[in-house]
Amino acid sequence: MIVLEKRPQPSKAWSYATPLVAVLATMVFGGILFAILGKNPIQAIGTIFWEPLFGEFAFYYRPQLLVKGAPLVLIAIGLSLGFRAGIWNIGAEGQYIMGAIFGAGAGLAFYPLDAFYVFPIMVIAGAFGGWLWAAIPAFLKVRFGTNEILVSLMLVYVAEQMLASVSLGLLKNPEGFGFPGSRNLQSYESAHNAELIAGSGMHWGVVTALIAVIFAYVLLNRHMLGFHIRLTGEAPRAAKFAGVNPARLILFCLGMSGALAGLAGMFEVAGPSGQVSIDFNVGYGFTAIIVAFLGRLHPVGILLAGGLMALTYIGGEIAQSQLGLPAAAIQVFQGMLLFFLLAFDLLTNYRIRAARNEVA
Amino acid sequence: MDLGEINPVLLVASLMVAATPLLLAAIGELVVEKAGVLNLGVEGMMIVGAISGFAISVETGSPWLGFIAAAIGGAVLSLLFVLLTQFALANQVASGLALTLFGLGFSALMGQSYVGVKPPSMGDIHIPLLSDIPVIGPILFQHDPILYLGIALVAAVWATLKYTRVGLILRAVGENHDAAHALGYKVIKIRILAILFGGACAGLGGAYISLIRVPQWTEGMTAGVGWIALALVVFASWKPWRALLGAYLFGGITVLQLNLQAAGVAIPVEYLAMSPYIITILVLVILSADKSSAPASLGRTFHASH
Repeated sequence: MIVLEKRPQPSKAWSYATPLVAVLATMVFGGILFAILGKNPIQAIGTIFWEPLFGEFAFYYRPQLLVKGAPLVLIAIGLSLGFRAGIWNIGAEGQYIMGAIFGAGAGLAFYPLDAFYVFPIMVIAGAFGGWLWAAIPAFLKVRFGTNEILVSLMLVYVAEQMLASVSLGLLKNPEGFGFPGSRNLQSYESAHNAELIAGSGMHWGVVTALIAVIFAYVLLNRHMLGFHIRLTGEAPRAAKFAGVNPARLILFCLGMSGALAGLAGMFEVAGPSGQVSIDFNVGYGFTAIIVAFLGRLHPVGILLAGGLMALTYIGGEIAQSQLGLPAAAIQVFQGMLLFFLLAFDLLTNYRIRAARNEVA
Repeated sequence: MDLGEINPVLLVASLMVAATPLLLAAIGELVVEKAGVLNLGVEGMMIVGAISGFAISVETGSPWLGFIAAAIGGAVLSLLFVLLTQFALANQVASGLALTLFGLGFSALMGQSYVGVKPPSMGDIHIPLLSDIPVIGPILFQHDPILYLGIALVAAVWATLKYTRVGLILRAVGENHDAAHALGYKVIKIRILAILFGGACAGLGGAYISLIRVPQWTEGMTAGVGWIALALVVFASWKPWRALLGAYLFGGITVLQLNLQAAGVAIPVEYLAMSPYIITILVLVILSADKSSAPASLGRTFHASH
């Protein structure tokens, strides 16, 4: 008989090793899945993980890594702050959409004015949009004790309807021949989130994501508020005695994650995507949850995890066009990753032992 | 705009159909939460049930086999939740999210060849005499069998929780797992059974959407019903009959907004479509003041280390 024995302290070694073990296990089981779908598993895994980095067309795919990774890291950093304190914002997808609507809306309001301040105003508006959308569950939780998980998720569906509404109405391109969707911000220079170095994939969103990583690291390790976040997550009773104000923590964590998700949406709509349209959102807000856990809710870990997840997105697209691997297979692959991660986390907190015979 | 086109009898009858997937998923989750487990993977189990049921009934031509497959599909997915939370002792919130993300992807993968296919129809039961009563007949006595199964399930869960030993043990495990363990009840075993029951119910609810309510397969077709079912359990204060009431309330809102869309009311379609979600939030706000009826061990991991 095997028993689990709780470790007095979580194992440091295992906490670093579990993400790697989980990735390996996902590759093995993902390979089996691809084999069932009739694809060569080695080739499929190779295409996903190798091709974007070192393949023939890597010069094209490498910048894409930054483009896809930035929103994931930006959102996941915000989510991780709350997750650490046991505050579950799972509606980042909605906050991402609202950031894009507010950001693009602010920019389009100035069209066709050419001024240096248009883009900064859009950044502020985008962050505000995301913050506003996350402030709703935060306020309701603080004031009425409403479950933030359900409220933030319900607001994703509301945001999706908002997106459809503005694409067909308020923000619709007046010169778009009746097609849904806004003006393309890529062709409005003052509002365009262009690449800072041509062909590098590096845009303001990538820079902001890196700043967010540093900010989160400093906050969690060198700041009282960060300490309170960690304390609340790890020892809620101790946090209570230490006088941590839970309301303030909820407002900060949800607000911050909303603002960062909003920024991600704004940078996306002003840059790579270019316009507000009905199918603007592609699920970054949900994938970021996987990124946050895969990165062990640690800023540097999230940076690495965001890169890996961006890799599966790009590699998945390549596998789709080259091998005919269905798009949904990549979604399953990403879902599997979270499963294995949670499962192997057992080894961080518990020791597995053969049981001795004793009276329970 | 022509509100006169909305037929009240049809409206109430279709309300019951719209409410059934919610009801099935919610009654399953209610049992799971009564056992002290918070499974946020309802949406994932529903969508997997939806495609399992759809695929099997298309392949075999029997909607009944489809529903059985849906229940099995939902339960199998919930087995993954069991492995994570009961054996690997993982966080229940994160595990539930994993279940939903995985289920959405997995169902999309399985359903690729079923887009645009029409499933076999189940047909309604016409209860003799009763179904001929004007107004009440079409509303209450001319539905498909699964709808009645849903109502029967509510009654069964209510009676089991209230009057039987099994129900008492289940509640004990949910209220205080350490005490239940000390009394010699197998906490983990009871919770596993509850989770599997919840998975099967969610699977049935999902198949009800893909086989009867819509009936066709589209990716992500559950569109948040699983999450609303979770809210419904809170709304119901963990009481079965109130879950039935709540499901009909939400079903009514959904049907009404669809009818208003069709009737061409001056409110934009998008605002009508978001109304069920907003009303869910409002209901949660109104009811969240009273948390006293929640099972005390809800969401806490049990490990018999002492």
